[in-house]
Amino acid sequence: MQSPGKLELNRRDLMVGTAASVSLAAVTNSAHAQTQKVDAPMRNDVSFTVNGKPVSLELDNRTTLLDALREQLQLTGTKKGCDHGQCGACTVLVDGKRINSCLSLAWMHEGDEITTIEGLGTPENLHPMQSAFLEHDGYQCGYCTPGQICSAVAVLDEIKAGVPSHVTGDITADPQASELEIRERMSGNICRCGAYSNIVEAMTDVAGRPA
Amino acid sequence: MKSFTFERAETPAKAAAAAANNENAKFIAGGTNLLDLMKLEIEVPTHLIDVNKLKLDRIEETDDGGLRIGALVRNTDLASHQTVRRDFGVLSRALLAGASGQLRNKATTAGNLLQRTRCPYFYDTNMACNKRQPGSGCSAIGGFTRQLGVVGVSDACIATNPSDMNVALRALDATVETVKPDGETRSIAIADFHRLPGDTPQVETALEHGELITAVTLPAPVGGKHIYRKVRDRASYAFALVSVAGVIQPDGTGRIAVGGVAHKPWRMEEAEAELPQGAQAVANRLFADARPTDDNEFKILLTERTIAAVLDEARA
Repeated sequence: MQSPGKLELNRRDLMVGTAASVSLAAVTNSAHAQTQKVDAPMRNDVSFTVNGKPVSLELDNRTTLLDALREQLQLTGTKKGCDHGQCGACTVLVDGKRINSCLSLAWMHEGDEITTIEGLGTPENLHPMQSAFLEHDGYQCGYCTPGQICSAVAVLDEIKAGVPSHVTGDITADPQASELEIRERMSGNICRCGAYSNIVEAMTDVAGRPA
Repeated sequence: MKSFTFERAETPAKAAAAAANNENAKFIAGGTNLLDLMKLEIEVPTHLIDVNKLKLDRIEETDDGGLRIGALVRNTDLASHQTVRRDFGVLSRALLAGASGQLRNKATTAGNLLQRTRCPYFYDTNMACNKRQPGSGCSAIGGFTRQLGVVGVSDACIATNPSDMNVALRALDATVETVKPDGETRSIAIADFHRLPGDTPQVETALEHGELITAVTLPAPVGGKHIYRKVRDRASYAFALVSVAGVIQPDGTGRIAVGGVAHKPWRMEEAEAELPQGAQAVANRLFADARPTDDNEFKILLTERTIAAVLDEARA
């Protein structure tokens, strides 16, 4: 077994090596981009609807939906947490379904209807789920909250649509918005402050209201 | 992420032909696994072929009473389909045990079949990995192996297949339908689709370069109790330590496929013949040639106990 000290030294050496290879890659990459530009461009146009408004953008092909929303459209309500689909902070609705916007390329959303936290409600006219999060104190630092709320809205829609889950007892029957179901369905949204119990209360409150 | 160009394919045959022209091209559908790996530069395609408009998103009954699942059917839609829930429950259960709601909304049937391993040494580009960089060695062997393979492993690789869906498809004797760049179509039995690592762990499936999955077909339902039991480090949104897909008949016979233990879903007919003798007899056959490490030896007993739990549930 290596001592922790030895491991640290190795890691530092590796970091230096990695930095050098990254800058080298950047040089070859830009040269490659220039030679390819003629027939197949590394940037492209995309048009979709965000919160009811049509938008057209010219983007690097690598731009994720998350970065297009935050960096190009200044819709910074949607948050970048892990950027690898593990935390759920980037959750938005695409054609009414929740996805991780960090794991989706912007150009693949041509013609789609995207809803972010800014499109669910406004400070003057909150979405019922936003009000419920306020009422039940469903957050502490608030960083994961836009993703939690977008996910929460979609979860209640999924239950209404009859989508089963891992904890559904009889998968041939319609699922109910029980606490167990809500907890399972929200497992893709991490809250490091640990506001989970209040998030479940907020969702249970909204689920119990007449439609 | 490295720069790339892209195109939107119009037909499956055109998509396959486009891929054949470029050694570094990749198909992209849901993108939930591929983009993650591209951000880490573990996957570095120079060209992406978007297959989302190929209209392969339907679930249809086949003439022999089975089901034909389009390659682009999303995991949520497959798990929610009434016929799947009623007649192929183990498939619904397996899908719902995997990933998160957000990921299941994007991830496709074909993409799930092609999921890359979650071996931490494959993900860490500072480490040697024969799968990521053939010939570089395997840092997992002699490393932290708790989550890695115990059976069908090689001296080159001890990674596991991370998919839950694949385990259920193996228990259901699914077939993978494909089209090659020259337009030829073929059917590959799920048992032959995923490969053991051997000396070439970078070759994970029977697919040729450019070959596109168009559908997965299931034979007519076989009845029985459909159970998927997954054991993991947290109750939700985690990969399996071990998982068991069981289709158990009232007379105690049935099918058992195991996930989390090998480079492919692990199923043996001679082990299933032991089902009337109980979980221990089945596990003894499944793991007769196992080569576990000190850190993951527990998976053998855990699988036996998980099979026992499945058999209990089937009897209940």
